[in-house]
Parts: sequence; structure tokens; C-alpha cells
Amino acid sequence: MAAKRINRRQFVRISGAAAAVAGTGLDAILSAQRAPAYAQGAKLHLTRWVDFVPAGDEVLAKQMVEAGKALGAEVTLERINANDLQPRITAAVSSGSGPDIFHMLHNWCYLYENSLVDVTDIAEPIGKAQGGFYQPVVDATKVGKAFRAVPHAIVGGQIAYRKSLFAEVGAKEFPKTWQEYREVGKKLKAKGFPIGQTAGHTFGDAPGFWYPYMWSWGGKEVEKDGKTVAINSKETVESIKFATAFWKDACDEGGLAWDDASNNRAFLSGSISATLNGASIYIESLRNPDKYKTDKGEQMKTDILHAGNPAGPKGQFHYHASFHHGIMSYSKNQKLAKEFIKWLHAKERFEPWFLAEKGFSVGATKIWEEHAMWKDDPVMLPYRTAARAFQLFGFAGPPSAKASEAYSKYIVVDMYAKAIQGTSAEDAAKWAEGELKRIYG
Amino acid sequence: MAAREPRSIAGGAGGAAEAASRLTVAPRATARAAWLGQALENERVLGFLLLSPTVVLLGLFIAYPFVKGVWISLTNATVGNPGAFVGLHNFEKVFHDSIFRQATYNTFVYTALATVGKLALGMWLALLLNRHFRAKRLVRASMLLPFIIPTVLSTLAWKWMFDPTFSVLNWSLYHAGIIQTRIGWLTDPTMALMSVVVVNIWRGMPFYAISLLAGLQTVSPELHEAAAIDGANGWQRFWRITWPLVLPVTMVVTLFSVIQTFADFQLVYALTGGGPANSTHLFATYAYQVGIVTGLLGEGAAASLAMFPMLFVIVIIQLWYIRRVEGA
Repeated sequence: MAAKRINRRQFVRISGAAAAVAGTGLDAILSAQRAPAYAQGAKLHLTRWVDFVPAGDEVLAKQMVEAGKALGAEVTLERINANDLQPRITAAVSSGSGPDIFHMLHNWCYLYENSLVDVTDIAEPIGKAQGGFYQPVVDATKVGKAFRAVPHAIVGGQIAYRKSLFAEVGAKEFPKTWQEYREVGKKLKAKGFPIGQTAGHTFGDAPGFWYPYMWSWGGKEVEKDGKTVAINSKETVESIKFATAFWKDACDEGGLAWDDASNNRAFLSGSISATLNGASIYIESLRNPDKYKTDKGEQMKTDILHAGNPAGPKGQFHYHASFHHGIMSYSKNQKLAKEFIKWLHAKERFEPWFLAEKGFSVGATKIWEEHAMWKDDPVMLPYRTAARAFQLFGFAGPPSAKASEAYSKYIVVDMYAKAIQGTSAEDAAKWAEGELKRIYG
Repeated sequence: MAAREPRSIAGGAGGAAEAASRLTVAPRATARAAWLGQALENERVLGFLLLSPTVVLLGLFIAYPFVKGVWISLTNATVGNPGAFVGLHNFEKVFHDSIFRQATYNTFVYTALATVGKLALGMWLALLLNRHFRAKRLVRASMLLPFIIPTVLSTLAWKWMFDPTFSVLNWSLYHAGIIQTRIGWLTDPTMALMSVVVVNIWRGMPFYAISLLAGLQTVSPELHEAAAIDGANGWQRFWRITWPLVLPVTMVVTLFSVIQTFADFQLVYALTGGGPANSTHLFATYAYQVGIVTGLLGEGAAASLAMFPMLFVIVIIQLWYIRRVEGA
């Protein structure tokens, strides 16, 4: 094949663009108005979860096309069930090939540390430019001194509840404690509208409910040293006893087999009166106002409010699912992947996605708390600042690969599920202790 | 075997040069063909040549993964970390794991109940299909549907039928006045295990039915006629004539089925994910949970390989029994 000749003008233009790229990065690429030379013909593969807010995925799909033009690369967005992300990551790492960028959830960075590229050089400027990351997402992604993924968003967990049903049983405001929640739930269940919560093997809602529930009673997986297993405590046993009674008195007992989508369906069909969830239930009711109606024929969206978790003896605790973008060490396009993440996480690109998410996903950085969007809908306000206070799996120890392992094996969730199924509280705690000792030992 | 005449390379009407070329090529080609012919006459060489593609395929896709799996199970490999040799530590770890012990129990219960269920219903179905009735071929073909439909797809339909909130089974039973409260198909630990057994029976029964039907069709009707003349009733004819004659086929079908059921994965993975509280975990789903989801490759491989000796013993017993039946 004959080499393509370029004239002097073309040479000056291309070398100018390349110099700009080398000198100032993405801004220079954009001002040069042509793709960086290194990325010509390159391909980038991003694998993320299937968002519970479809509008968010639609915005991302459009942005992939824009990214392709801006970076001079073909960017592919693959979306898979969140429960299938970990198996895909394992398969990709083991075979040394697969997506360049994976959606990392929770504190998975600790589990996949060796297979993730150090992205401190892009994570820190992104955080700095947007008011700083929330501390828990830093803890989730910064392994040792290096960011192993760039925090992108947080899906806040709040309890969505039917205000009319709660009012009918005398609860003018949302219960402040677990005890109050149980009493209200008992009346609601008697009316045929139980509280719905999963205790099944599913990635988000199950750990999102049971970990903070345990913390609020004073239960913890390990001591601060991150090694000494501490789950079999008086506090944990008390929490289990209460949970079994709460489940029987107030909850939809089918929740043992629910996945992350089951409570959404149950709520929107009018089968349950409350559930801990991201804001996807409310956002779906806004999207299809005439599809989801209350038993009185009113639009479901007019009957939904959100509230934080009730408090236990040790206070109110939350867990919010954090989502990050991690570049795989086997990727041959690591430099391009970094440019892409910088591009995607920039304010101009994050904002349209943030608006489409309507508060289901909030920023991993603090600046987004101040966005004008929050003035639009007071029902969503509890999500605005939700990310300010939450802690990670493995509490009271630091986040670690061991904590991720315990999460992936559903030890805490199954401890409560076993008790709900009839195992005594003491035996359930003892079982969890044995499993955690195998992990942390 | 006679050596074949060498074919002209150029073909068509050749000139003097072409003729000369043919003269020089022909003796060499003839010698080669003769040597090849002689080599292929040797049964050992021929056998080796015919077997080698199969050996390569088995080596690549069966032996290599198996040996690799054994090696990984002896290391502390995790995702992204090749690990170091740890001997039998992973096996020791999984044998002390209560979830693994539960998965072991579940696997034996699941395999035993599903195999008996598939055999009983498959035989019953085969006996029905062996009769003459209208649209016999259509019914026989349609019986294969559960076996043909991708398992994940049919399992999703079952998942909907067993849904804790929207179960069509509960709805039907409730409106028929049979139940007053919902049945926890997938929430109660025992019911959940029974539910996955039922779905396995539904999926595997056609395999038994069609295989046993093939066996039944080899049974001569004259034997039944003679027995009927001698006064044997339906049950006696089945037990004294049909069953002994289809027993070898039944044993082979059962052997395949036990292997498949023991190592089943996708049905349980799609229906329950091993939950609730691990009450439906099988060897394969637990090994997947540990090795692939959690990334503990060494431990996952050990959990997976732990089923091998158990399955091996079961298969040996069955093969011994098949030989005994066939020899009798």
C-alpha cells in the first residue's frame, strides 16, 4: 500500500493538534477540533449496569457517539444486569480481554485492585473541580494511596412510602424508630399493604437494607482493626430477634425471594406500602402517571414520599450504593480510557445525565447538591443530601477485599434470612460469625 | 489397496514440455501414493490417524480445562492474582464451610428427587405415547418442547409463576378456593428446593419419555399378547415383560440424567440464585458464587471439583449395574 503523502499545511495542523494534546490534554483536543492522533481508529468498550432509570441510559448512549467524535475513537456502551457485573469482571480478568472500562460498585475496587489501573491522576482533578468527592466514595475507591476507579455517582437509598396509607393508620409523618415502623407496618399489613423488603441474594436492596439495619442496633462485622470478627454480639442478636418479629408482623413475607426489581413492581402495583429503594419507583411513576394508580384510582406519583431509615438504639444509619468507572489493567487503550473518563465525568457531560436521572443517581462530588434541579420536586429532596452520611461494608473496620467477599457471599443478608426462616437469633449470629471468621481469619 | 494413477497437473492438450513434466512428476507421485497406501494399510497407523482429531479435541476441551481446574484448586488464586501452591488447603476450607455442606445436601436431594420424578413420569408418558391415538406424532413432537426451549427462558417463565407477589399459581389456587394464603414457592427453604426440583422434572421428563419410548418400541407386541392370553393383567405385563426389556435403556438414560442433574447450574441460578439463605445452592451454583462472583478462583475450583469424586462413585455404581443387567 502506498504511503499517503501529506502536504506542509496538513503536517503543521496535525502536529499542532498533537502538541496541544501532549501539552494540555482534553481541553486542547477539543479546542483543536480534531481527534487526538493516538486515538485514530481506536475502540473503547465500556460495560455498565442497566440503569433503573432508562432515561439515564438514553443520555449515555448519545454521549457515547459524542465521545467517539471528540476522542476520535469508537466508543461502545454495553449494559448488563448489575447482578452479572462481577461474573463478567472475573471472566474478563481471567482471560485478559474484555471491556476497557467496567462499572465498579460498592467497594469492589478492593476485590479487583490488582486488575485495575491507578487513576489517581484523573480522579483527583475531577473531584477538585466539582467540590470534592464524598468521603465514603473516596474510601470505596482509594485503595492504599491510589484511586482504582473514578467515582461517578451514588444511588441513594431512602424509604419510598405511600403517604395516604400511612395516614390511614395514624402515621402523619414517617416513623422515627424501628419500633414505630414495626407498629405502623403491623397496621398496614393488617389492611393488606405490608412493608416490602428483600432478604434475597441480590446486589443492591438486600445489603442496602440489612447492613445499616444491623449498624443501627450496634451490630458490626468486625472491630476497628478490620480483623477481629465481632458480629456475634448481644446487639446483633437483639437486631435479629427484632427483625424476625418485624418481618412477621409488618413485612411481605415473599421478600425472601425478591431481587432488586421485585419491590419496584410490588410498590407500583399497589401491593406494598413502603420499601427501601433508590428513587426509581417514584421516577417510574412520573414517567407513566396513568399506568400506575392507587387503589382509589389516583395517580401513584401523587401518593409517594421518601424518608430516611428509622433509627435503632445506636442511631440512624444508611448505606448508599456508589458507582465508579474502573479501567482494566489488561486494556490496550488505557490512555484513551482515561481521556474518556475525564470527558464523561466533566460537568458539561455529567449534568444532562444527572438531569435525566432526576435524583435517582446523585453526584459522587458535592457540587451537585446545589443544582437547581432539586427545586423542581420536593418529593426528591431527601435524596439531595443523602450521600453526605453513609458507611461502607466491613464496618467498623476499614473497607477491604474481605468486606467485599463477605458482601458477595451475602453473609449479613443470609444471617437475617436464616432467622426469618426459623433459625434462632443466636444460631443465626453464630453461623454468620463462623462464615466471617473463614473470610477474615 | 491399489495406488491411483497420478492425474495430469496441466490438463488439456499439452505440448512436448508438458509431456516431459508429466513424465518426471508421475514416478515420484506414484511412489508417494504407494507409501501412503502402505501406511494406511497398517491398522495401528490408520487407527492413530482416525483417533487423533478426537484426541486433540478431548485434550483441548476436556483434559486441559480439567487439569487446569485441578491446578487452580491447589492454589490460592483470586481474580487478577495467579496465587501460589497451597496444597489441599482450599478443599479443607470448603469442607469446613457450612454453605458448602448445605449445597452438598441440596445437590443429593435435588438429584435423587428429580431423577426419580423424571423416571416415573417419563416412563408413564412413554407408555401413553406408545399407544395408538389421533395426532400421535404431533403430541410426541410437542412433548419435546420443554427440552428444546432454552433453560434460562423457560426458567424465567417458572420464576414468574412462582413469583412471591404475582404468582399465577397462587392466584389460580386462591380463586379456585384451594388456598387461603399465598404459598411461598421460593421463600420457604423446603418449598424453594422442591420448586427447583419440580422445574427440573418438567424440563428433563421429555428426555426420559422419548428415550424410553424408543426402548418400548423394541418390545414385541406378541409377548404382551401371549401374556394377556395367559391371564396377566396390565401391571403384571408391565412388571414382568416391559420393565425387564427396557431396563438397559432406562439405566443408560438415568446415568446421563444423574450426571446432568448433579452438575446442574443454570436452572437454579436463574430461578433462585441459590437463595433464600442458600437453601437452593447446588455444587455448581455455590462454586460459581465463590469462584466467579466473589473472585476466589482457588476456593471456587475446589468447591467445583469436590463434586467429582461423588459423581464418579455414582457413575461407577450405575455402570456396574448396567453391565450386570446386560449380562443377565
